[in-house]
Amino acid sequence: MNASMKLLLAACAALSLSLPLHAREAAPLAEDPVVEKRLIEISEELRCLVCQNESLAGSQAELAKDLREEVRGLIKEGKSDSEVKDFLVSRYGDFVLYRPQVKPTTYLLWAGPFLLLFIGLFALVRFLKQRSKEVVDTPLSDEEKKRAEALLKEVQS
Amino acid sequence: MNKFTLPLIAFIALIALLAVGLNLNPREVPSPLVGKPAPDFSVPQLHTPDANFSPKEMLGKVWLFNVWASWCVSCREEHPIIVEYTQRPDAIPVIGLNYKDKREDGLRWLTRFGDPYVLSAFDLDGRVGINYGVYGVPETYLIDKAGVIRFKQIGPITPKVLEEKILPLVKELSK
Repeated sequence: MNASMKLLLAACAALSLSLPLHAREAAPLAEDPVVEKRLIEISEELRCLVCQNESLAGSQAELAKDLREEVRGLIKEGKSDSEVKDFLVSRYGDFVLYRPQVKPTTYLLWAGPFLLLFIGLFALVRFLKQRSKEVVDTPLSDEEKKRAEALLKEVQS
Repeated sequence: MNKFTLPLIAFIALIALLAVGLNLNPREVPSPLVGKPAPDFSVPQLHTPDANFSPKEMLGKVWLFNVWASWCVSCREEHPIIVEYTQRPDAIPVIGLNYKDKREDGLRWLTRFGDPYVLSAFDLDGRVGINYGVYGVPETYLIDKAGVIRFKQIGPITPKVLEEKILPLVKELSK
C-alpha cells in the first residue's frame, strides 16, 4: 500500500467518523415533524448570542441547544411565533432578532438607507442644475459659420 | 469654500463613525432586564440540596447575584475580586448561581478558591439562566430592595467596574 492510498483511507475513516454526528443532529426530527419544522423556521430568524454570526438554528453552542429546547417547549404549549420571539426578546433584547422590529428606536435603521438615497438624489439634481447654468450657449459668428461650412464641404467631397 | 471641503468633511465623519463602531464591544448586548423586576425562581441550593432559594427572600436588601460555573475560565479571573469584596465591612450580600454545573465540581471549586457567597443557587439545566438572559458566564446582577435589577455586568467584574460602576450604585440604592 503506497502513501497516497493510506492518506485516502485515513480521509475516509475521518469522514465516516463525522457521520454519526450528522445522524444525531437529525434525530429530534422524529419527535414531531410539525413542531420541529416550526422550531427551525423560528430559530433561523434568531441570533445565537454565543456565536453571534450564527442563527439559533445552526449553532452548536450549549446555550443555543438549551434555547432550542426552550423554544420547542413553547411551541408544544401552543405559543404563536411572535409569542416565542417575545419570550426571547424580553430576556436577551432586540439583538436576538435578525429582522429588527419597526418601532421608534429602529425608525432610523429602517428609513436610513432611503434617507441617504434621497439626500444623494437631491445633491445630484442640484449639481446637474448648477452645471447646466455654468455652460453658456455661444452662437457661432458669421465668419466661423462660413469656415465650418467650408470644412464640411471639404469632408463631403 | 474649496470644492473639496464638503467631501472631506463627509469622509472624516464616515471615518469617525466607523472608528466608534469598531471600538464597541459586540459582546456587550444591553440587557432588557435592567430596570425590570428580577425574574422569580425557586431552585435547590448548592450546599444544601434539600433547601431551595428564591430571590423573594432577598426583598428589602440590596444584593449582588453572580452567575458562575466551575467550567468557566473567566470566573476564576473574577473570583478573587468577589472574595476580596465580601471581606469588606460594608459589603452587600452576594448570592451565587452555579450555572449548568455538576454539584461536586461546583463544591470543589468553592473549596479550592474560597466561597464568598451567602449561598449559591444550583441551576442544573440552565433554566434560571435563560430567564435572566445569561449568555456568557460570568454575569452579575445588582438587585435593589424592591427586587428590581439595576445593573448587569456581562463578563468578569474587574476592580474598575466594581469601584466605578457597582459600588457607587450600591451606595445610592442602599440609602
